[in-house]
Amino acid sequence: MSLDELYRQVILDHYRNPRRAGHLEHPDRHADGQNPLCGDEISVDLCIGGGKVVDVAILGRGCSISQASASMMADRIVGLTLEEVDALAHRVKALLDIEDGDPGLDPDRPGAALGDIEALAGVRRFPVRVKCADLPWTTLEEALSGKA
Amino acid sequence: MTDLSHLRKDFPILQREFDGHPLVYLDSAATSQKPTQVLDALDDYYRRHNANVHRGAYRLAQEATEMYEGARVKVARFINASSPSEVVFTRGTTSAINHIAYGWGLYHLKPGDRIVLTTLEHHANVVPWQLITRHTGAELAYLPINSDYLIDTSRIADVIDERTKVVAFSGMSNVLGSIGPITELVAAAQAVGAVSVIDAAQMVPHMATDVQATGADFVAFSAHKMLGPTGIGALWGRMERLTEMEPAEGGGEMIRDVKLYESTWADVPHKFEAGTPPIAEAIGFGAAVDYLEAIGMDAVRKHEMDITAYALERLSEVPDLTIYGPMDPGLRGGAVSFTLADIHPHDLATILDQRAVTVRAGHHCAKPLMTVLDVPATARASFYVYNEHREVDLLVDALDEARRLFGVT
Repeated sequence: MSLDELYRQVILDHYRNPRRAGHLEHPDRHADGQNPLCGDEISVDLCIGGGKVVDVAILGRGCSISQASASMMADRIVGLTLEEVDALAHRVKALLDIEDGDPGLDPDRPGAALGDIEALAGVRRFPVRVKCADLPWTTLEEALSGKA
Repeated sequence: MTDLSHLRKDFPILQREFDGHPLVYLDSAATSQKPTQVLDALDDYYRRHNANVHRGAYRLAQEATEMYEGARVKVARFINASSPSEVVFTRGTTSAINHIAYGWGLYHLKPGDRIVLTTLEHHANVVPWQLITRHTGAELAYLPINSDYLIDTSRIADVIDERTKVVAFSGMSNVLGSIGPITELVAAAQAVGAVSVIDAAQMVPHMATDVQATGADFVAFSAHKMLGPTGIGALWGRMERLTEMEPAEGGGEMIRDVKLYESTWADVPHKFEAGTPPIAEAIGFGAAVDYLEAIGMDAVRKHEMDITAYALERLSEVPDLTIYGPMDPGLRGGAVSFTLADIHPHDLATILDQRAVTVRAGHHCAKPLMTVLDVPATARASFYVYNEHREVDLLVDALDEARRLFGVT
């Protein structure tokens, strides 16, 4: 059943136990994201060093999809180069069907290479919820394109 | 129990199914469904009577004008206005309140004056007044709600003082269901010489409303929440207030004479109806009023109290569910806000929708109230004449499914 696909255990786990929740004391980059329609909120703090993400903290409130997506993102991007983060964001957006492109495809398991993030694929059947899953990634891109 | 189930056949949309689940429409506080009688009135107007109103020299235009003005007579009678001229057609409640703010407030408020609102207001009765404070230097003050989710009348003396020129409040909350203390607030406004404004978007559709008996100066409401079309509503005002009010919009239809550098206005209510009005919508509004009058507003209210009592009872049985609003159906309408455990209302709405149970999730255009309640959002089920007890049962079953999916035990 599609609801079970949407609300997989891994989503609920990230929702209830968000990883890297909070703020960084001295972030190099920061952005706040809001979805005015449903009120989801996410803040993203990043520390960058040697072209890589060396630390990240996220804090937000909102639905399970937006908050789990943020938690998975935070879990995943530490240690990645900025190019890798950018590529990952595009793959996630492809997974969510927001952008064309290759989410890392085995056609039977879209996004399998994305780890926990693959669980977000369930949202594609719920078009009004796609923006919830996308909010942290768009906020991340905004953080990367500006200074704190 | 007031049985209105015979009405359901009049609402074609209630036949819809989603993935085999019949539509359970529980979002009438956002907009109501429309009976065939209203749809037919729109269709008949466009097929047989379509012409621009007023000024037309030919018979077709005369028919359209008579139908448009006839709708005004129906709406006026429905709310017991002393004259149809006291009913101004607007785009809806929001537009009606903006007319008051920009047509009355802008010309009568000055620095130091006070506009009193309440913390449970819909944004439509907050933002226009915020805009007017920028133009006039008047300030806002708020009456709070009490622990029973009602406007706190014990605070009236603290907030409504001699500086107060406007008291604007909800006749029935779109979030909590709470019925406004009209008698107390209108009396307090009158005692200090302030005008009183009732945001009646939820009130007029759900209970008999006698605008003269309220004592208020202005009452605003929308057709689409009372079985009528979108894009039309009404501003009722006492004639003396409408006479001293300026038009917030200028253009065709609203003038007596236009010269290069100045113009004079048509009489009330037409001076407030610039441009070609929503003619079909007004006629549909009239048909909706006819439909509600045929049911009888006392029967509408009785049915609503009955189904609301049942919903409150059934929802109270759901573990970990919190209801935001009065528990006495006599003090409230049929909008029931709630949260369930740690499940965000948007997740709840998605889950319920899989069974075609439609509830609204979010701040319900009442963000200040969400702050007071200390929740980011609520889910809201709301009822109208076509809803039945079995639909409440389907809602409760779907909430059990949500508990299972989220592993709430």
